[in-house]
Amino acid sequence: MSFEKSKFHHPRLAVNDLGLTYRDYEGSLSTLCAGCGHDAISSAVVQACYELSIEPHKVAKMSGIGCSSKSPTYFLNKAHGFNSVHGRMPSVATGANLANRDLTYIGMSGDGDSASIGMGQFAHVVRRQLDMLYMVANNGVYGLTKGQLAATSDKGAKNKAGEQSLFTDIDLCVMALQLGATFVARSFSGDKKQLVPLIKAALSHQGFAFIDIVSPCVTFNNQPTSTRSYDYVHEHVTTAAIADYVPVKKEITSEVADGESEDICLHDGSLMRIHKLDKKYQTTDAMQAIVDIERHKKQGEILTGLFYLEPTCSHFHEMNNTNDTPLNKLNQDALCPGSRVLTGINNSFR
Amino acid sequence: MKPTDTSNYQHFLKVVDCQHACPAHTPVPEYIRLIAEKRYTDAYMINWQSNVFPGILGRVCDRPCEPACRRGRVEEKPVAICRLKRVAADYKEDINRYIPTTPKQKNGKRIALIGAGPASLTVARDLLPHGYDVVLYERDDKAGGMMRSQIPAFRLPETVLDEELSYILNMGVEAHFGEEISSLKNLIDSNFDAIFIGTGAPQGRWLSIKGHDKNKGEIDTGINWLSSVTFDHTTSAPKRVVVLGGGNTAMDCCRTAKRLGAEEVTVLVRSSFEAMKASPWEKEDAQAEGIEIKPNYTPLEYVFEEDKFKGVLFERVESIYDATGNRTLKETGETLLVECDQVLVAVGQDTAFPWIERDIGLRFNKWGQPALNKATLQSTIENVFFGGDAAFGPENIISAVANGHQAAISMDLFCQNKNAETERPESGFNLISQKMGIHEWSFQSKISQDKRKNVPHIEWEQAIKELNTEVELGFDEKLALEEAHRCLNCDVHTVFTESTCIECSACEDVCPMDCINFVEVDEKQKTSTEQQIKSQLRVQEINPNQDLLVSDKLKTGHLMIKDEDVCLHCGLCAERCPTGAWDMKKLTLDNIGATIK
Repeated sequence: MSFEKSKFHHPRLAVNDLGLTYRDYEGSLSTLCAGCGHDAISSAVVQACYELSIEPHKVAKMSGIGCSSKSPTYFLNKAHGFNSVHGRMPSVATGANLANRDLTYIGMSGDGDSASIGMGQFAHVVRRQLDMLYMVANNGVYGLTKGQLAATSDKGAKNKAGEQSLFTDIDLCVMALQLGATFVARSFSGDKKQLVPLIKAALSHQGFAFIDIVSPCVTFNNQPTSTRSYDYVHEHVTTAAIADYVPVKKEITSEVADGESEDICLHDGSLMRIHKLDKKYQTTDAMQAIVDIERHKKQGEILTGLFYLEPTCSHFHEMNNTNDTPLNKLNQDALCPGSRVLTGINNSFR
Repeated sequence: MKPTDTSNYQHFLKVVDCQHACPAHTPVPEYIRLIAEKRYTDAYMINWQSNVFPGILGRVCDRPCEPACRRGRVEEKPVAICRLKRVAADYKEDINRYIPTTPKQKNGKRIALIGAGPASLTVARDLLPHGYDVVLYERDDKAGGMMRSQIPAFRLPETVLDEELSYILNMGVEAHFGEEISSLKNLIDSNFDAIFIGTGAPQGRWLSIKGHDKNKGEIDTGINWLSSVTFDHTTSAPKRVVVLGGGNTAMDCCRTAKRLGAEEVTVLVRSSFEAMKASPWEKEDAQAEGIEIKPNYTPLEYVFEEDKFKGVLFERVESIYDATGNRTLKETGETLLVECDQVLVAVGQDTAFPWIERDIGLRFNKWGQPALNKATLQSTIENVFFGGDAAFGPENIISAVANGHQAAISMDLFCQNKNAETERPESGFNLISQKMGIHEWSFQSKISQDKRKNVPHIEWEQAIKELNTEVELGFDEKLALEEAHRCLNCDVHTVFTESTCIECSACEDVCPMDCINFVEVDEKQKTSTEQQIKSQLRVQEINPNQDLLVSDKLKTGHLMIKDEDVCLHCGLCAERCPTGAWDMKKLTLDNIGATIK
């Protein structure tokens, strides 16, 4: 039995601003199936947090149930975490976020956890504009229960057992756009060059950020009839623009040339630099994004990249005018001011 | 940049750095694994097959394998390979039944070996099982060559030496001890099919500085003196001894002098302490025994007062290195007289061929060394071969053994009327999967985090009193097993199959050393594919001498590039690969002798 990752690392491994290597952001060694796309997502989260020099203990990893929801164990060992009830991660994340708004919230969910049992929760957390990164590892099947078709499975696709998907698939990106998410992207676990900058931008975005990540299930949905297999996705994936994340401190050297590049300034001053492959592409129109997604789907393509970004949005705390100091930092007297204040409040209703 | 050629063993052998660095290509990880399984006899025989003298080399080898050990790339110190070899020798059972038998029916060819050192004895061992008549000539009364005459018994006990020499001598060598060959011409005329010259570098170098001609025995060469100690001609040392030189012979001289009663033993060397040629552990041991090493002193004069020897006059120098690393000594004018009763000069040694006539067609090069074909070790007389120090000047035991294998192959080919260069055999190779089941490999794939174990030794006070007591005790079984587990099993290779890779990046993500990369190469770009590949590596490579493993194009057109340099051979890539595109496969070579080139 050898399942242990050595603590030795490359002697030339770089460190970030905190003096940490990316290895310091790892979690336990994955117990998911060998080749699971979710592991690649974990690795992208590790890389993104390392590159952003996020302090691991200032992150909270939230998840529900499913293979996807096991994944937070496999990144950021030093972060906080909550593995909640099936489909209920958004509620728990909301509660946590209310209690401590200073943490960075990463929600990790799957197609079952978000598009089936947790559909209502998903819809409402988008509406609430909770300041978090919500990732869905989307493989089109229920891997943990041996490969039944999920609600995100393309209509007509067959699972490994030969069962055909009879119903219309749910596109979580389209839903998120309709419900007012302010950062919506789709990516592929097998393309970290795209995924890592998207995660970095999503983590820097103040507001609700949603990334749907096509993440093949190598055990139950990697057969030729699948539209979520490595081979199928490699062949059908397309993108309208390549997004680069430019951190605040990095000096911007090259000027934007001929309208084929676009810079979007995020809240913290960092930039999302979009290199357009399709000239008509834009990230400011949610309606247009929905049309683009559906159009490519009709052509049999999987459109990936950043679909929509509203950098100046307001999030849940701003909308509700909540306290700047996190609740967990307030003292007893402030949190529970006693009967005199209660009487005052009651009197105000009389 | 072309995909790595995996149709032969070259790339794989180079990844096994210890084995590749060993002149005799000893399969180091293989025998360390056997030690870890307590299969000491098997570990010994693996060694015996390739390096012939495991017990001897387990004590006094120059250990070119250890600086090469890739464990030293990921933590402070390499695996104690040499000391593990000794473990195999110490704990083995009787191995006589495993020694190849010599056929009664001879092949009709007679071979002469001159000198009974490691090179000649290797030739004897390799050729005897093939039915050759092997006749050995040695001027000393016993076999062993420099291993006996120059290495003191406190480093290499006589019993160990005798045991390993006897395995070969008992195979049926016709040995003539105490018989010095004085004419190669006569030997050639006496109808041998081939002759091997392994006479070493028996002549110690003198320093012809002022006062040298007044020497009445106070000044001796180190190897002469060590040899006279070995053969009991010298049994004591005077009170104050100065040793000149900084190599292992100098270390042996000073430590021997201490044991023979010298009270003040000083080693003076021109170089800096760090640049001394002696192995670091020899320097450490000498210092532990209370010997002073004074670096940066060059001898000027042997000082005599009214014909009475007084000591050696030195000048302090400074080592200056130029940009290319060449050293020059800068004189400081500062002198130092070290008074002493005996000087041992250990500043080098040379080959000596006064017995080879210069008119018989055997050509020598400008350095007085025989002109040899490097691949075959054949001289300009077609049936005369050289090996060991006699061939290329002073090297070490393991190089002599490697030469012996090389020459034996050449002599065998020559005796069969084949061309020793063009018809040389090539080793076959095999890569065998080590997978036993899920998460189960036939080797210890878990990486030990242990630091290198020190070898226990006797007390230094006792050591300097007893000339023939071995200082090092060797690892006990517990230490040996812990040390063996530090080996990274570099002979179990990560073998990649392009056709089954689905590019899920699981291997790239899990690799603890960032060895695995998937890169995109555009052949139309101006920059070379090699530059493109190297600029995309996750971590810039450290050691460009270790070749990258470059795959053919994958389905998406990407390439898999593995930086072999710091791979731990932990097998996680193969463990996490869903399609078996990675496998851990052990390299086996069926003719290690033929891989020595």
